[in-house]
Parts: sequence; C-alpha cells; structure tokens
Amino acid sequence: MEDKFILGGVELKSRLFIGTGKYSADNLIPAVCEASGAEVITVAMRRVEKGQQGIVPHIPKTMRLLPNTSGARTAEEAVRLARLARAAGCGDWIKIEVISDVRHLLPDGYETAKATEALVKEGFTVLPYINPDLYVARACVDAGAAAVMPLGAPIGTNRGLRTKEMIGILIDELDVPIVVDAGIGRPSQACEAMEMGAAACLVNTAIASSADPVRMAAAFRAAVEAGRNAWLAGAGAVKAPGEAAEASSPLTGFLR
Amino acid sequence: MQLTVNGEKGDYAEGLSVAELLRRRGHDPAVVVVERNGEIVPAAAFDATRLAAGDVLELVQFVGGG
Repeated sequence: MEDKFILGGVELKSRLFIGTGKYSADNLIPAVCEASGAEVITVAMRRVEKGQQGIVPHIPKTMRLLPNTSGARTAEEAVRLARLARAAGCGDWIKIEVISDVRHLLPDGYETAKATEALVKEGFTVLPYINPDLYVARACVDAGAAAVMPLGAPIGTNRGLRTKEMIGILIDELDVPIVVDAGIGRPSQACEAMEMGAAACLVNTAIASSADPVRMAAAFRAAVEAGRNAWLAGAGAVKAPGEAAEASSPLTGFLR
Repeated sequence: MQLTVNGEKGDYAEGLSVAELLRRRGHDPAVVVVERNGEIVPAAAFDATRLAAGDVLELVQFVGGG
C-alpha cells in the first residue's frame, strides 16, 4: 500500500524528524542521522562566538534543515530569525517557535499564528510549534501553515503524550499533517502518536539525552514505522471495561 | 570608528568591509549570516559592503537545537 508523506511540496520517506540540540558530542550526529533514517533535522540560530564553527559541518548534506526560531518572544522576532535562517542558504522551511514563558517554555499561540501568516506571505514553508489548541491550530492552517506541530509535553521533559486527547482532536479536525513535537521521551510514545494518526514525530531530547543516542535513534525509527503501519492497518475494536472476554480460539470441538 | 557587533561596542578601522570584519574575528563567511542595522547583508555583498561608524551588526550561525 502506498503511503506518501508530502510536506511543503516535498515527498519524505521518513516520518521521524530529529534535532541537533543537547548531544554530548556533536560528532555523534552523522551516525544518529543514519540510524534514525530521518531526512529532516532541526537547528537553531544564535550569535557566532569566536572560533565556533556551528552545527552545519556535523550535519550530512543529504538532510533537509528545519531551522527554528527559538529565542523569539514575539512574532516580529520570529520573522527576523526566519529571514536570517533563510539567508544562510539552506532552504525556506521554518519551525516557528515563539516562547516568552521561561519556566514551562510553552509556545505563545497568538504570536505564533501572527508569525505564521507573515512568513507564509514571504514564501516560507511554515511549521508552527503550538500547544495542541484547536483554535490556534486552525489560525495557523488558515494562514497557510504546511503542518502544525503540537507538543506532547513541555520541551525537553521526556514525559510523553500528556496532551494525547487534544492531539487526537487536531488529527481529527485538520487537513494538514500533524507532527508531534516536544515531550516524547520513549519510542513507545512516538509509536502511540503514530498509531493515533499523527503524520510524523519530531524527537530531539529523547535521543540526545539517552546513553546511546545512535541506538536510541534506531529504536525511534522502528517505533515510528510500527505506529504508522498500525494506523494504516486500522486497529481492532476495544471492548469497554466490564464487557465479557471473547475467545480467540473456537468454542466448539473441545476434547472431553 | 565605533561599531556594535553582537551587542558589544568596539573600535574598528575606518572603511572596514563585512568580509574583513568576519576574517578579523575568525568567522567562516560561508556559514555566518550578517545583519546590519536590521537589514540582512547578502553573502555575495560581504566584500563590497563597507561599514560605517555607529553600525549595529548581528553575526549569527546555525547551532544545535530542537
């Protein structure tokens, strides 16, 4: 069965996106890319420190960069960062991240939707990072977002799909790909998101903070593929609590 | 002349180009993006762009992030 994943006009084979933050050593990144099978990888933009080469030399040339606007506290700051990212010459995909809450790092939906509208008009392929709020998501979609990226739990927490019901509503209601971003801490949680019908998962901390990021990247790859296959297969009905069991083996022809 | 580079004020030679500024600070022009007074300087214009006293510059690049 054909299962095309087209995002921003590009056909992707992998439904796992990865990040480049928090690795104990950036030279792990090529092997993580390979093991994950991912084609999309996030980067951030910051002031250059003397003598630092940045992250790009560690990223295989075959990867598609998805710069984020982390550090932005308003739509205007996100737009500025997006323009700088595009000027780096690595394409026009942008993950909008507008955060002013420094403790919980929750995205500001209003500013995110405003930035989405402005950047779509400038020709960017816009992937906004949002709370799984239906109205914020709709505003982003109406503004031309290529996908929406709801959080499973606050950034970097590895707590899993705490927002599962709300993500389910986005999957049901919206016609753009839903990419679960942030909070996924275990492959089983990525698998669950995919079983629910998410189009993809973005995983950074869970891979980077594991004891063996290369092996964990392989685990996430398998989990995302398994979850996608399960969703395509269509899971069987779940019996309500208290309902009687139903034998899998025939109830006739017993030896007595 | 005085320039503000990544938030730090400093004295620089008159007529310095963007390319010379990057070289002097040890940055690779191939990976650095330059914003001058809020406007992006295209990489192709690094050599030709002469800085002026009071310019505010942001020199940025991609770093690890999620």
